[in-house]
Amino acid sequence: MHLHKYEKIWLIFGISSLVVFLCVLGYGAFWKGTHPQSHGVTIDPNNVEAYEAFKPENLGLTKVDDNRYIVNIVASAFNYDLGKDENGTAVRTIRIPKGSTVLFQLTTKDVVHGFNVAGTNVNMMVEPGYISSYEAVMNKPGEYTVVCNEYCGVGHHMMYATVEVYE
Amino acid sequence: MDQTNKKMHSSDEQESPSLKGTLISVLLLGSFLIVSWFGVYALFISR
Amino acid sequence: MALEKIVPVHEPERLPITKAESRLYMSFIYVAFIALFVGGLMGLLQTLVRSGSFTLPWGIGYYQILTVHGVILGLVLTTYFIIGFQFSLMGKTVGISFKQRKAAWISLWVMVIGTIMTAITILLGKASVLYTFYAPLKAHPAFYIGLALVIVGSWIAGFVNWRQLYVWKKQHPGEKSPLLAFMVVINMVMWFIASLGVATAVLVQFIPWSLGYAETINVLVSRTLFWYFGHPLVYFWLLPAYMAWYAIIPKIIGGKIFSDSLARMSFVLFLFFSIPVGFHHQLTEPGIDPTWKFIQVVLTFMVIVPSLMTAFSLFATFEITGRKKGHKGLFGWFRHLPWKDVRFFAPFVGMLAFIPGGAGGIINASHQVNGVVHNTIWVTGHFHLTVATTVVLTFFGVTYWLIPHLTGRKLTAKINKLGMIQTIIWAVGMTIMSVAMHIQGLLGGPRRSAFSEYGGTAQAQEWIGYQLAQAIGGSILFIGIILMMYIFIHLTFFAPKGIEEFPVAEEEADAEPTPMWFDNWKLWIGITIALILFAYSIPFVDIIQNSPPGSPPFAWPIGNN
Repeated sequence: MHLHKYEKIWLIFGISSLVVFLCVLGYGAFWKGTHPQSHGVTIDPNNVEAYEAFKPENLGLTKVDDNRYIVNIVASAFNYDLGKDENGTAVRTIRIPKGSTVLFQLTTKDVVHGFNVAGTNVNMMVEPGYISSYEAVMNKPGEYTVVCNEYCGVGHHMMYATVEVYE
Repeated sequence: MDQTNKKMHSSDEQESPSLKGTLISVLLLGSFLIVSWFGVYALFISR
Repeated sequence: MALEKIVPVHEPERLPITKAESRLYMSFIYVAFIALFVGGLMGLLQTLVRSGSFTLPWGIGYYQILTVHGVILGLVLTTYFIIGFQFSLMGKTVGISFKQRKAAWISLWVMVIGTIMTAITILLGKASVLYTFYAPLKAHPAFYIGLALVIVGSWIAGFVNWRQLYVWKKQHPGEKSPLLAFMVVINMVMWFIASLGVATAVLVQFIPWSLGYAETINVLVSRTLFWYFGHPLVYFWLLPAYMAWYAIIPKIIGGKIFSDSLARMSFVLFLFFSIPVGFHHQLTEPGIDPTWKFIQVVLTFMVIVPSLMTAFSLFATFEITGRKKGHKGLFGWFRHLPWKDVRFFAPFVGMLAFIPGGAGGIINASHQVNGVVHNTIWVTGHFHLTVATTVVLTFFGVTYWLIPHLTGRKLTAKINKLGMIQTIIWAVGMTIMSVAMHIQGLLGGPRRSAFSEYGGTAQAQEWIGYQLAQAIGGSILFIGIILMMYIFIHLTFFAPKGIEEFPVAEEEADAEPTPMWFDNWKLWIGITIALILFAYSIPFVDIIQNSPPGSPPFAWPIGNN
């Protein structure tokens, strides 16, 4: 098979670019730990409360250290359960100081859901039987919409919450 | 064998047809791929 | 290479297409165009709903029309057009026997029965699960059974295609298979190997579970089987467009095939690397080892290479043809292209769309970077460039000559002009819609979602602006669909009688001979299976061994009891 000289140049150029992309991604993933969410811990979807993090009293925001927080969420059609405040009403907004490292941990009681803190890299599938988790540093202040971005039924677009990063 | 003539005639072009325009076109295309990839990669890093 | 056997170039035979054959090929295409109209109407309604200023009447649900849109355009339009088109290519290059034609009719009827079952289930609101039907959302069993029939019907078509080439090879010992027949067989081999995955999920998991024979379903296994199929599915759409680009467009522009061997090589590479890459659709899912995700990302990047080869081949075809016609300078050849011939212009606009489409695809598959765009409406923008522009405009480009060829009519100057307008409308509508989707996606706007203000956040307000732009683009596209339906009906029933050419490009008389090892199917299939086993064995066993308890069916979230 004969390749034209310019086609060789093009293929070397193109394949080298792809190799560069892969090296950048591989370096980030394996050395800097920026793999996409791949958490391997399983859970019984019919009894998520049996798991410490998803007991009703542990849902929502928990401060674990200076500048370190955990957010535990149980997703179900069509709601994110972020726990209850002192008055017993459901929490809809999570407030986090700027610069905090936040570990988001989710699971679902029923169907597949998505979890995207829009405008950040916190973007996960949430599937029955698994815990999804992603750690992010919230550096930019602002109000972020949390959306379910995997179709979960007729109320899918009504499944949302808010994350507020304040100065 | 009237094809031989045609062959002789076109053999110069066939050896290495000028594909300069093609090369430049695909390199432009490649540059577009690279720019857009690094653009979104920068977005990933900045978020 | 020692294996190469040199075979002299000879004038390929082109077979006439009989009336009985035409009826078969047209039957597939009828279904495809009905699907285009219905699916396109649903698309229009979706963009209108998402603009926030329109509500669906008669209690029709947004997700019901979204399911119709995805199933009928992603699965029905594409599969029927592709199979009809591919049958015509096989009929033209290797011929079809009486028995093969009968089997092809069976494939059509099995697919039609399956399609009707699925369509009725969706229209009754019993299957608003979208075309990906992710468990544990449960549709009515008829939905899954219908889908299984569509797949089985398409397999029969594939078996007929393989048989067609096999018979031809027997009759032409020592000759290389015709390029287009080679490409069709590659595509149907890929389709068969890939759809075994979704067929397994449907037959073993979904049907028993939806009928109540199995209490639970393994969700991650079902998703993994789906995406084992889901990525080759998009190449099953794309490869027929590449067939037209490699082997038909050169004829239309008055040139020759750039390189028969390179065209075959790119198709072989597509067969190898289209399938072992499904994890790049599952990058943000829990339960899959990230190292194996990365390995499949690397394999995904391999499938970009044949597209790079294709880009070069196409530009080279254009340049060589132009230079032969005497056009000089770096880009003088560009002007010679038949810009006023819709058979060229529509596919050419499709090629252009594949540049941003391909760029977006590389970004989507980029492991952790996928988190920026996963399940945002960027992805919807992406595949409306690739399948809904690149593939669809190429199919339209084929329609302009294939239908009159089959119906014994002519593509008139008037229809040619209408086709040019149709192409421009499509390009304008899609640019507006797709650019708006890409930007909204980068801002975090989700896909597959009805209109929502998300509690009135500033972000959601910003998204709605882009959704308005999508509604404008969607409306323009619907005008394009109406125009295309008019053209289709005109070419089928009303265009003047005559003979329209079936353009099949040929090689240069002194082209380098194609090595015979390209017809070594056992080798190609063997390597394909080895790559699949490499990419999937370990992670799949890992998924099964570390499975959580299964999920019961959920019907209420989609509005059923």
